[in-house]
Amino acid sequence: MFRSMPAETIRLQPTKGFSRVLAPRELWRYRDLALQIAVRDITVRYRQTLLGAAWAVLQPIGFMLVFSLFFGQLAGVSSDGLPYPLFSLAALVPWTFFANAMLLGSESLVGNSALVSKIYFPRVFMPAGVVVAGFVDLAISLVILIVVTLVWGFHPSFAILALPVLVAIAAATALGISSALAALNVRFRDVRYVVPFAIQLWLFATPVAYPSSLIAEPWRTLSAINPMVGVVEGFRWATLGTGSAPVAQMAVSAGAAIVMLFAGLAYFDRVERSFADLI
Amino acid sequence: MSEIAIETHELGKRYNLGLAQRGYGTLRESLTDVARRPFRRGEEKEERGDVLWALRDLSLTIRSGEVVGLIGHNGAGKSTLLKILSRITEPSAGYADLTGRVGSLLEVGTGFHPELTGRENIFLNGAILGMRRAEIRARFDEIVEFAEMERFLDTPVKRYSSGMSVRLAFSVAAHLEPEILLVDEVLAVGDAAFQRKSLGKMNEVASQGRTVVFVSHNLAIIQALCTRGVLLERGEAVVDAPVGQAIDQYLRSLERSASRDLLERTDRDTRAYDETLVRELWIEDLEAGTPDVVIAGRPTRIVVAVTEELLGMECQLTIANSLGQPVCTFDSEVSAPVDQRERDLGPRIECSIASLPLLPGRYRIDVVVKAKRQIQDGLQAAAFFDVEPGVIGERPTPALGADGNVALPHSWRLPE
Repeated sequence: MFRSMPAETIRLQPTKGFSRVLAPRELWRYRDLALQIAVRDITVRYRQTLLGAAWAVLQPIGFMLVFSLFFGQLAGVSSDGLPYPLFSLAALVPWTFFANAMLLGSESLVGNSALVSKIYFPRVFMPAGVVVAGFVDLAISLVILIVVTLVWGFHPSFAILALPVLVAIAAATALGISSALAALNVRFRDVRYVVPFAIQLWLFATPVAYPSSLIAEPWRTLSAINPMVGVVEGFRWATLGTGSAPVAQMAVSAGAAIVMLFAGLAYFDRVERSFADLI
Repeated sequence: MSEIAIETHELGKRYNLGLAQRGYGTLRESLTDVARRPFRRGEEKEERGDVLWALRDLSLTIRSGEVVGLIGHNGAGKSTLLKILSRITEPSAGYADLTGRVGSLLEVGTGFHPELTGRENIFLNGAILGMRRAEIRARFDEIVEFAEMERFLDTPVKRYSSGMSVRLAFSVAAHLEPEILLVDEVLAVGDAAFQRKSLGKMNEVASQGRTVVFVSHNLAIIQALCTRGVLLERGEAVVDAPVGQAIDQYLRSLERSASRDLLERTDRDTRAYDETLVRELWIEDLEAGTPDVVIAGRPTRIVVAVTEELLGMECQLTIANSLGQPVCTFDSEVSAPVDQRERDLGPRIECSIASLPLLPGRYRIDVVVKAKRQIQDGLQAAAFFDVEPGVIGERPTPALGADGNVALPHSWRLPE
C-alpha cells in the first residue's frame, strides 16, 4: 500500500465548539481531494461554452464600457485624473473575481448536495474550491488589464508587487463571505435570491465606478472596513502606478478581511455537522 | 481476528421531526415555517414536534476481518448507522471508534461530475473516496480494465449509459483497498455479469482480512457474503448472531408484522404520497377462496384493498421467495387487452393468475400502489403465503427441495 497510515483510531461523537474547519490536520489529510475539487471547478467552468475562458475577460470589459459611457461620459464622475476606462477596469478586475466567488461559492454546497449527503470530506473545500478556481479567471483578466495599461502609455512601478497582498485580501473576504452564505443556503434557500441583489448593492458601496476621494476623511478610511475598498483602490495604485499608496485604506481592509474570514469560517464550522441532515 | 475495527458505545442518532434545531433564531424559523407549510405533508407529525431516534443505544464490537450484514425493515436504522460510520452525519449520543481507513460505497457514482470525462472522474472520484493521487495513478490501468471501458475514457460521463457509469464508479471504489468497507445496496445495479464480478471483489476484500459492513435487502446475498448478522429494529440491535440465525429472526419478524393490520405498519415506502394506503392484501384460490394458502397450478388471485379510490390507480406486485429474492413481478402499468377498469369495483385492486406457476414453499408479496402518477403507498412483505404441491401443465410439481422457484408447463421427447 502507498504511504499507508498507521492504523489510527478515529472517534466519532457529538462535537461541540469549533472542531472541523479550524482543524489543520484534518484539512491536510484530505489535501489531495482539495486539489481535485479545485481542478474540477476550473475544468468544468467553461466546458460546453462557446466563448470559453473569454468570459473571464468579457465581464470586466463589458462593465468597463458601460461605466465609461454612463459614469465617465454622461455623468462626468471624477476619476482622479486618470482615463476613466482604465480607472474603472483596474477596479473591475478584482471586483469581478470577488463577485463571482461570492455568487458561485454561496451555491457550492447546495449545488453538490449529492456529494454532501453521501460522502464525508471537509465541507469547506466546496466554497474554497470556487475561490481557487476563480484565480484562473483573475490571472487572465489581470494580463488583459496590464496589456491595456501599457498600450495606454502607463508604466507600472514597483507598486505592482503589492498585487499578491491585494489578491489575498480579496480572496480572504470572498472565502469568509461565501462559506457563511453557503452554510446559510443549506438551511435557508432564500440566500439564492438575496446574493445577486447583495452583490449589486456591494458594487455601489465600493468605489468601482467612482473614486473614494469623493468621500471626506475620516469616512474615506473608515469606509475601508468594506475590504473591497482597500482592494479596489490598491489595485488602481498598483497597476496604474500613479498617486500615493492608499496605505491606511489597505491596512483597514486587510484587518476587516481577516475578521470576515474567521467569522465566516467559524459560522461554517458551527453548522457544518448538520449539513447532511438538512440539505 | 483479534484487533477491533469498529466499536460503538451507546451510539444514538436523533432527528427532530420538523422542529427547530437548537441555537437558531425563532423569528427566522417561524418565518420560514409559515412559508414552507403549504408544501409539507405529514402535518400531524410536525404538530407533535416528535423526536425520532433513528438509532438508539447501539453498542457493537466488530473485529477486523469480520463481514457483518445489517438487516431490518425500512427505517430500522441501517442506513443511519452507515452514515454515521462513514462520517456523513454526526451521532447525537454515544460514540464510535474506527480503526483503519474507511471506504464507503453508500451510493456509487455520487462523486461523478457529468461534464468531466471518464479519466478526470476517476481521479476526482478516487480522491473523494480517500485515495491519494499517487495511488490512483498506480492503479489507473487496473481500474479502467475492471470497468471494461478503455474506449470511452475521454468521453464526458454525461454521455455514458447508466450501466457504464455504475461500472466505472464501482471499479474506482473496488480499488480503494480500505481496511473497513461500508456498502449499501450497490449490488442492485449493473448487469448480471458485472454483479458477479462485484460480488467476487467484495469476497476478495473480505478474505484479505479486511472488515466489511454490508446493507442489502437481498437476504440471499447477505447470507452468501456475511458471517455475522445484526438485526435492527426501530434503531436498536435486537439480534446479533451468526448470519443464518439473524436472517431467520428477521423473516420471523417480517411475518409477525405482516399478520397485523397493514394500516398499523410504519415501515412504509418513504417516497410515498399517502393519499391512499394499503389496508389489506391477500392471495386466494379463485374457486376455493382459502386465503394465504394456495395450490400450484390453480387459478389464483391477489387482492389489494386500499383506503381510498383515486383516479388512475396502478399497482405493482412482486412475489419474493423466503430469502427475499424476487421471483416475479406484476405491473398494471404495462397494460394488456385483458385488463379491465370497473366503475363499481370499490377501493380494491385484483390481479388474477390463470395458473399459479410457483413451486411449493413460502413466499411473500411486496406491493406498490400508484395514483395520479405518484407512488401513493408501498409495503414490503405485505403478505406471506404458502404454496401447496399441485399440478402444473398436467404434471405434478417436483418434490420439495427442487432448484428454483417456478415450474412451467412443458413437454419432453425421450428415446424409448
